[in-house]
Amino acid sequence: MLSPSPEKLPSAGLPPTLEPGTSPWRDAWHRLSRNRLAVFGGVILIVLTALCVAGPWFMGNDYQSQDLRLGAVPPNAAHWLGTDTLGRDLFSRLLYGGRISLLVGFIATVVALVIGVTYGAIAGFFGGKLDSVMMRIVDILYALPFTIFVILLMVFFGRNIWLLFFAIGAVEWLTMSRIVRGQIMSIKRMEYIEAARSLGFGRRRIIFRHMIPNILGPVIVYTTLTIPAVMLLEAFLSFLGLGVQPPMSSWGVLIKDGAEKMEEYPWLLIFPATLFSLTLFSLNFLGDGLRDALDVRSSKD
Amino acid sequence: MSDPILELRDVKTHFSVHQGILLRKQTGTVKAVDGVSLTVQRGEVLGLVGESGCGKSTLARTIMQLLPTTGGSVLLESKNLTEGSASSIHAIRRDLQMVFQDPYASLNPRMTVFATLSEPLLVHRVCPPAEVSARVSELMELVGLAPSLMQKYPHEFSGGQRQRIAIARALALKPKVIIADEPVSALDVSVQAQILNLLAKLVRQMGLSLVFIAHDLSVVKHISDRVAVMYLGKIVELGTAVDVIDRPQHPYTRALVSAIPLPNPDAERARQRIMLPGDPPSPINPPAGCPFHPRCAYAQERCKAALPPLAAFQDREVACIRAGEI
Repeated sequence: MLSPSPEKLPSAGLPPTLEPGTSPWRDAWHRLSRNRLAVFGGVILIVLTALCVAGPWFMGNDYQSQDLRLGAVPPNAAHWLGTDTLGRDLFSRLLYGGRISLLVGFIATVVALVIGVTYGAIAGFFGGKLDSVMMRIVDILYALPFTIFVILLMVFFGRNIWLLFFAIGAVEWLTMSRIVRGQIMSIKRMEYIEAARSLGFGRRRIIFRHMIPNILGPVIVYTTLTIPAVMLLEAFLSFLGLGVQPPMSSWGVLIKDGAEKMEEYPWLLIFPATLFSLTLFSLNFLGDGLRDALDVRSSKD
Repeated sequence: MSDPILELRDVKTHFSVHQGILLRKQTGTVKAVDGVSLTVQRGEVLGLVGESGCGKSTLARTIMQLLPTTGGSVLLESKNLTEGSASSIHAIRRDLQMVFQDPYASLNPRMTVFATLSEPLLVHRVCPPAEVSARVSELMELVGLAPSLMQKYPHEFSGGQRQRIAIARALALKPKVIIADEPVSALDVSVQAQILNLLAKLVRQMGLSLVFIAHDLSVVKHISDRVAVMYLGKIVELGTAVDVIDRPQHPYTRALVSAIPLPNPDAERARQRIMLPGDPPSPINPPAGCPFHPRCAYAQERCKAALPPLAAFQDREVACIRAGEI
């Protein structure tokens, strides 16, 4: 019975007409839907995700079957985006690589979100010495060169794709934990939290019903901005040859392969690079739109 | 005749000040509330005044047990709130509620009025779930809001309406004492009077006791039976509203009273304001003796020697060794 509403309760004693209210979430959704760039970004992302998830099942060309006699050919009717030097269909490889790239972006962000929110919330809620110690640990981790950390991890534990997800997620949670800690600390001092305490509500109710809904905005915004950062990191590692291994591909791998042969076969670089940039742009536009829509300052008065 | 409902005995709320990053050591203590003793009678309105930073809000939060008490005790109907388990405090909590200063910050922005008002009813099982809706409607009518607005969110209301919602929330558990921490200072002047009258009406109607905190004496005089004046964490004068405001004895109260603007323009022009020199001293390092002596026009050598206790003088209590001489 966490969120009572008059509909769920017997209507005895309710006034005959209830004026509908607009929740801050609906307000934010309304503002977001008027932001053309954000809507554009959102639509592109949905289409891309759907293509990458469902596309490979319907493709005539397999992503790993080679046709060495064919070699690299420019876009044509059989291979819409051409083939690579081993005669593999680029369109299939792009969609398949997109699966990996989006999966990395999604899973690593979820890892970062879970660690960051839990860690930041604990530090912010309890404060004091615990907070100081926890935040100094974050400071120390910040100071470590993380690319080297990920590279070492990859070198020692092998190039396992799940390890890649985890390694990137473990890098990205630091900022999230700082954001969440700051939000929790400022909300802890808000009068509505004091009011909840003076009404004798339990700690769990205060955290889940009064605090968390009020820090979700910044968390959502930062999450949408973490996904492109993570994808970029994966592309960077793939570029160094530390990402996913052939015959699997990711956009990072495809861009790296394309860059090596861009003078002879420019389409091998142009298509993956365009798709990757489009995805990053869309995520950033969506993130910016969400930030504007969820900004507490604009909805205060 | 005397029927105390809330009693403070030598209540102290001190905060320690730490310095250093690695080796944190205590470098001082802020005595925000330093030995306050008060009683509030059943059905009485007690005004609490003082300038910003004198510890009024800290005292309110200490009474509410939102801040830990460093010393002394708070008794509600003879039950001590400062000791005892969390669950026993939980039960007493219902009888003691607070109205906060800023109605823009004291309501959860993501909860409808209905959710805000029904939550305490459901958590404390004040009434059977079937009657919650009716009770919410009743509460809204009690504070002068149309029950048809219960599905709206705080950002859809004005400041005065929000403060009405906050008052309704404080009344939801049918408390016996309400602490109002500057409930009108964040509102427009035109709305202030409405909220004050609402509070006064509710106190009379429901037989509540009210501790009304403000820094505006004219507001306090309007609503209070008795007035306590606070300076630097201590009470310096306590008496009936008429006595304290019309015939102030403590030099600090005199300065406060002299700052009230008068409605009559001629009287206003003739009004002599007592300007206090300097700022209130730091509560980390309060002056020796009477904490008011550095700013007091009547201070003598002996004022620096010892802290004057709050002592009965005529029909009130004053903490000034020169009471009656000046």
